[in-house]
Amino acid sequence: MLDSLTAALRELLPHDAVITDPVRLRTYECDGLTYHRATPGVVVLPESAEQIAGVVRLCNETGVPFVARGSGTGLSGGALPREDGVLIVTSKMRRILEIDLPNRRAVVEPGVTNLAITEAVRDQGFYYAPDPSSQQVCSIGGNVAENSGGAHCLKHGFTVNHVEACEVVTPDGDIVVLDRMDPGYDLLGAFVGSEGTLGVATKVTVRLTRVPEAVTTVLAAYGTIEQGGEAVSAIIAAGIVPAAIEMMDALSIEAAEAAVRCAYPSGAGAVLIVELDGPRAEVARQFARLLEICSGAFELRVADDPAERAAIWKGRKSAFAAVGRISPAYIVQDGVVPRTSLPQVLAAIDGLSREHGIRVANVFHAGDGNLHPLVLFDDAEPGAGERAEAVSGAILDLCIRHGGSITGEHGVGVDKAKHMPRMFSADDLDTMQLVRCAFDPRGLSNPGKVFPTPRLCGEVPGVRRGVHPLVESGKAEQF
Amino acid sequence: MASRDVLAATGVALRGPGPGDLVGGVTPGVVALPESVEEIAAVLRACAGAGLAVVPAGGGTKLHWGAPPERCDVLLDLCCLNRVLEHAAGDLVVRVQAGVTVDALAATLGGKGQELALDVPFDSGATVGGTLAVGAAGPRSFRYGAARDLLIGVTVVLADGTVAKSGGKVVKNVAGYDLGKLFTGSYGTLGVIAEAAFRLHPLPARRRWLTAELAAGEVTGGLVAALAASQAEPSAVEVDRPAGGRVALAALVEGEAAEERALAVRDLLPGTADGEVGDTAPAWWGLLPGERVLVEARFPPASTAAVLAAAEEAGFALRGSPVSGRTWLTARDSGERELREAVTRLRGRVEGEGGRVTVPASPYEGVDRWGRVGALPLMRRVKERFDPGRVMSPGRFVGGI
Repeated sequence: MLDSLTAALRELLPHDAVITDPVRLRTYECDGLTYHRATPGVVVLPESAEQIAGVVRLCNETGVPFVARGSGTGLSGGALPREDGVLIVTSKMRRILEIDLPNRRAVVEPGVTNLAITEAVRDQGFYYAPDPSSQQVCSIGGNVAENSGGAHCLKHGFTVNHVEACEVVTPDGDIVVLDRMDPGYDLLGAFVGSEGTLGVATKVTVRLTRVPEAVTTVLAAYGTIEQGGEAVSAIIAAGIVPAAIEMMDALSIEAAEAAVRCAYPSGAGAVLIVELDGPRAEVARQFARLLEICSGAFELRVADDPAERAAIWKGRKSAFAAVGRISPAYIVQDGVVPRTSLPQVLAAIDGLSREHGIRVANVFHAGDGNLHPLVLFDDAEPGAGERAEAVSGAILDLCIRHGGSITGEHGVGVDKAKHMPRMFSADDLDTMQLVRCAFDPRGLSNPGKVFPTPRLCGEVPGVRRGVHPLVESGKAEQF
Repeated sequence: MASRDVLAATGVALRGPGPGDLVGGVTPGVVALPESVEEIAAVLRACAGAGLAVVPAGGGTKLHWGAPPERCDVLLDLCCLNRVLEHAAGDLVVRVQAGVTVDALAATLGGKGQELALDVPFDSGATVGGTLAVGAAGPRSFRYGAARDLLIGVTVVLADGTVAKSGGKVVKNVAGYDLGKLFTGSYGTLGVIAEAAFRLHPLPARRRWLTAELAAGEVTGGLVAALAASQAEPSAVEVDRPAGGRVALAALVEGEAAEERALAVRDLLPGTADGEVGDTAPAWWGLLPGERVLVEARFPPASTAAVLAAAEEAGFALRGSPVSGRTWLTARDSGERELREAVTRLRGRVEGEGGRVTVPASPYEGVDRWGRVGALPLMRRVKERFDPGRVMSPGRFVGGI
């Protein structure tokens, strides 16, 4: 099946846009979650929506599944290819098509990187607000698929809050536009965050945000993680909504120090990074309150200019990669708990860590209860990987038990599909799959992701076929 | 069998329809008053078995919005599901049953210094569920987002009685599809919204309104862009213009430094405008300009001047947010043909600017309520999956869905 499809793809696309060489295929075998690997059957590098639609239509004719991939930085295996399928890579679609400052929006192709949007409008005093830590390389198409967040989504929201419209190739191969302005169901809201299971975004209209008048970043060092957690609660209780509240524990600080010499206060059991942004007068008042709230910290640093701010963020932004310095292998976890249960959950993670003899470094978006525990292990040690997996899974159980979520921003992908039934009932999942069946009745668009078991869509009983009676009677012809 | 007989076996409280229960002029066969999610499911299962059409209702304040249902055998009145289930103040999250009124919720949250930043332009009595179902936006959606942006979790009941939830009670959550967004603004055509969870905001320390009067020609794309991008960060900017008159402009600024920020916004106004800063909203703030005839225009904000001109030309009064590109319009009811022509004229101009015009409330069926709908075939497929028997509010929505 794949052979005849590949021949058809070569007719459809330019010669160098179809990859079948096994060595080159292997460069696409995983995304940022490297322990799930599969060599794609064939890789295509289309340059337009029409080409993607053509590829998808060919997939439909032959019943071959397809997976879309942006920059491949995802951390849940959402872009894991299929050996029996086509991998559609959007890396050639990197044009910024339109910048419309009076309407505060930009229209971009899916392969454009997150940061490239900000760089294109920064001089005019605007930026694109969602800032996943991979923003230098991650693509906007991937952001749309994953509904990416970032450190600043506490105040500014997620990708879904900043996307105005998407041109989409549906799993049938049609090109449709989903626009917030359109009347009808909010299909755009359903599409963003659907992890490539409802089609492929080929053009994205994003909202641009005015750069705030003032930004102040504070680093507060505490002796214990509990003290840091209390400060977080006090900030929220004071009615302050900072742009970001980040926290790191002693182990992750140690790793960051080893990797990038971030020079965080030595002896800190926890470091809190709080960033305030907005009108200058507002930030000044909030800053005064913040200093009172953080008076229990043993050291406070304040950044008012970009260089000082970058110095404070340096350790935090390097934290994931940095643990490689203190551990041969690690699992990056992503779970969410209600902010107020952070102290109990962190204590429980500590207990799990000691019980299994597995170190856990905690880095988290404390403001919205989004934990990124880094579960450290030595892959040369027999059984260590299994114990690390057990701890990692138990952390998700903790999140569910406290009324949280199994993923705050990395997505379900292939990695967490098996955990979905612990968070959602069979009825919940079946109902979500009704959306899937409406968009993709053949189940060809990124199958095997998000849901633990595929749903057989089948025919809908009692569905009316042909012309709607209202249309027939002339009542609804203008719709 | 009459609707009442079908539902009797469910044990759910029933009553006969009253004058306030008409849905776009259609009198329901019976009104069911479920008191729990399970009772909603029981009613829907019974209705599905008998092929009865169901229209969910909250406070009933907007039952005249949308097209009348083709049938309404059962009105599902959610007034009895009116509990605030959980207000986790430290988490800035609330979970409620759909029948809680927006006002009652505001009172509960206000006691803890918090609010749901959803200033829907509705009468008292409007419920959370009804508000979500029509998905209308108020002035502050410019800063805080609309209902779909504040909703973080939802429990729905489908036509076959299936109870399903998505999202949860944490703000940051990307597990599974977001059914909440799909149900927001779906006019009761996919199922019943039974419970909802929202992210909250702290009540602002101060509120100041800048008010000014401008000539229509002064409301330029440049002014709108400057207001929208102002680093003084107004929470809302609204205009009110009676048919053909001058434009009243008001901007809301919220925060401890609201006063000085409002003055900074004033500096953006043209020199001729005597902007005043005060602590009360203008009388028209956040209210719908009309009831019987109500039109909504959505458009790129830079096209505000063109929309103002088009509204004047077609004889509409206008009120709403130039910075969000979303305004309500109304006209005196002077007959079906006049309204149809006025809507067609307005729609032509607004669609030419890349916008859309819908007609939430019209006393006439000859007026095209929805205009251009992108992706309608996909919407039909979604409807067919969720409600294959077409019993949920049939005919109320786009494309006769």
